[in-house]
Amino acid sequence: MSKENTSAPLEYRTHENEMKIFGFWVFLGAEIVLFATLFSVYFALADRTGTGPTGKEIFEMPPVLIETFVLLTSSFLIGLGVHAMRIGRKKAMMVFYIITLLLGLVFLGVEINEFLTYIHDGATITTSAFMSALMTLLGTHGAHVTFGFLWGSAILIQIKRHGLNAKTANKAFIFSLYWHFLDVVWIFIFSFVYLKGVL
Amino acid sequence: MSFDELFAPMKEPMILAAGISIIVGAIAVVAGLTYFKKWGWLYKNWLTTVDHKKIGVMYVFVALIMLFRGGIDALLMRAQTAIPENGLLNSEHYNEIFTTHGLIMILFMAMPFIIGLMNIVVPLQIGARDVAFPRLNALSFWLFAAGAGLLNVSFVIGGSPNAGWTAYFPLAGTEFNPGVGNNYYAWALQISGIGTLMTGINFITTIFKMRAPGMKLMKMPMFTWSALITNVIITFAFPVLTVALALMTLDRQFGTKFFAMQDGGMDMMWANLFWVWGHPEVYIVILPAFGIYSEIIATFARKNLYGYKSMVMSMVIISLLSFMVWAHHFYTMGHGVMVNGVFSTTTMLIAVPTGVKIFNWLLTMRHGKIQFTTPMLYALAFIPIFTIGGVTGVMLAMASADYQYHNTMFLVAHFHYVLIPGVVFGVLAGYHYWWPKIFGFRLNEKLGKSAFWFIILGFNIAFFPLFILGLDGYARRMYTYSADTGYGPLNMVSFLGALMMGVGFILLCYNIYYSFRHSPRETTGDPWDARSLEWATHSPVPEYNFAVVPKINQLDEYWFAKKEGRDITAGEYERIHMPNNSSAPMWMAGVMFLFAFFFVFSVWAGVIVFGLATLGFLAYRSFEKDDGHYIEVAEIVETERRLGGEQ
Repeated sequence: MSKENTSAPLEYRTHENEMKIFGFWVFLGAEIVLFATLFSVYFALADRTGTGPTGKEIFEMPPVLIETFVLLTSSFLIGLGVHAMRIGRKKAMMVFYIITLLLGLVFLGVEINEFLTYIHDGATITTSAFMSALMTLLGTHGAHVTFGFLWGSAILIQIKRHGLNAKTANKAFIFSLYWHFLDVVWIFIFSFVYLKGVL
Repeated sequence: MSFDELFAPMKEPMILAAGISIIVGAIAVVAGLTYFKKWGWLYKNWLTTVDHKKIGVMYVFVALIMLFRGGIDALLMRAQTAIPENGLLNSEHYNEIFTTHGLIMILFMAMPFIIGLMNIVVPLQIGARDVAFPRLNALSFWLFAAGAGLLNVSFVIGGSPNAGWTAYFPLAGTEFNPGVGNNYYAWALQISGIGTLMTGINFITTIFKMRAPGMKLMKMPMFTWSALITNVIITFAFPVLTVALALMTLDRQFGTKFFAMQDGGMDMMWANLFWVWGHPEVYIVILPAFGIYSEIIATFARKNLYGYKSMVMSMVIISLLSFMVWAHHFYTMGHGVMVNGVFSTTTMLIAVPTGVKIFNWLLTMRHGKIQFTTPMLYALAFIPIFTIGGVTGVMLAMASADYQYHNTMFLVAHFHYVLIPGVVFGVLAGYHYWWPKIFGFRLNEKLGKSAFWFIILGFNIAFFPLFILGLDGYARRMYTYSADTGYGPLNMVSFLGALMMGVGFILLCYNIYYSFRHSPRETTGDPWDARSLEWATHSPVPEYNFAVVPKINQLDEYWFAKKEGRDITAGEYERIHMPNNSSAPMWMAGVMFLFAFFFVFSVWAGVIVFGLATLGFLAYRSFEKDDGHYIEVAEIVETERRLGGEQ
């Protein structure tokens, strides 16, 4: 669009940009419902372990704490990245985003390891309704992080090529919303799956 | 799965005939397009379009085809049950047909018809140039088309779903349903459902962010209000379906235990998840129809809509209540007095805001000079017929009484008495009402009214007997019954009614051809002397909708401007920014169709290839440079002159 509101931050400059951010918030609303449904399913099935293990028997807190620490840090760093973007520091912004994505990879590595441990212990997604619900909830979150890694990388390539402008800044900002959202979901997983499970 | 199993359904003569007719039809379309050299035209003007009006027309076009597919299913069911011990269909085939009838009519007829009309009308009513995300809108359409295609393919390749459109577990699980039919169910709905979710987000953004200057929320036309509320429901209901279908896929294809009968699984959870989406879904299709009726009744009663604020309020309340009633679909599953009592109450509460709306429509017509046009006839028929559906709904809402009605034809009669007047008459009314806006000529009134009478009488003859049969204990989804039951005569009456409806729908389609040939072309842009903004521009509507975006001071601004002799579209032309066409949405949906098709048959190589290709399309879109294009002032002047505008 032609009309630019130059007093707004870069990512909000055009009407199109503003609509994209608004639309993405609505999308996050839908995502909240998606995860809320998965949580409901998990809560309904959490004690229905059949002949398989219970949460208390398989949850190990150290890796979970690492995952939590890594993801919370990445969320903080992407916030710094957005701040750097707003003051026009392209390089600093890219560094923050890159570390964010790398921490996302670390998170995924720990999570995959956790899944392999479960499977090694004989608790797979088909063992019981509890295991199905647990792995589907964690897996959906993990799939979101994986997709985020690919998406974030694509945006970083564009910023490297074209610099910070209304378009790329808009994309980077929307991506940061997505990343924070994944963090919020993880806090719920940490509290209501793991903590509730081991207590 | 072997080749033989793949085409096993074809062994049945009727399915073979259906398969052959699909192939013959496809060849005829391809041959026709080639003969008339229309491929380029089709590709450039329709398949790659991002124009909300054309996307809307495509939605309605596919919805009409699906109406006939679902209608043939319905006629077959009525024919099978018309006489006792009939052998027209076997039980398996009957199961498939009532399943696909429900799926197609709700998800691939009612939904796209509604979304198509929203696409055509909402941007025009708010004075916008397009929707917020035109490319996404095209993708929504193509995903819906891919889902519809997948469900129709199931009939000939591999076998249709056959566990009812509700697909309750454990019946829909692999133990009782080992074929691929219910895999098709999961994927056809999944793909089109993702498209619908994107429509929801798109229209919420459009309505909040793209209204003409001065159009406050409470100055929006009622159809736009209904579209806004509907899209909010879509956005909050469809993710539940996404999850439910994903869990179904996991259970059926990966052996998880969500809805299993052992290892802690909970088969009733499917029914809960399904209806947490399914009940709001009912209001997703019905609220826009309420919006359509509000427009039509105000226009043809020549009065402003009575109780505008209470209309909006009642829709908001209905949308909230729609999420709190889902368990009334399975009172008999035994979740106890307390739960049944709560859901009974919330269900009956819905009758209150709905009643408010009914009285508002009646009061709008009071002292009005009513014009009995075809759209108005549908609106007038809707009120009493829908009220019968609503009142029987309150009967069903009483949990203890429901033990008597549950799973009988009484229920079937009830929901047809709400959905057909509530949705089908609504979209048909809207279809006749907005037709001239898109195509520049009116549908013939005489043919339209004959079709109306066939449909309306046929409908009552087909469905009223089902109330009586249901109270007599005739269970739904029975493929046949013995003569001793005494169900024969009323079933025959119902069949004759269904045939009458069929005649009505054929007349409705013949009317397109007849009016195209004979109807006088329309020059004013406002053939009904109507009230809202879509009538302020030309018919057919130019690509950019409004040469000058009008300023809005009040509700029905266009109507008052007309009365006061003001021209709200006057002003200085400026060049207009428009989005570019793209073939990517169509190809991406094609790739997702193949992804889902291979998933249905658990062919993992195909799943991986087309899954990666889907991601490839997302990446392509991310890196694509597409700034749209401008329509220059000279071109606007030329277009406006050609369409008969002054200045």
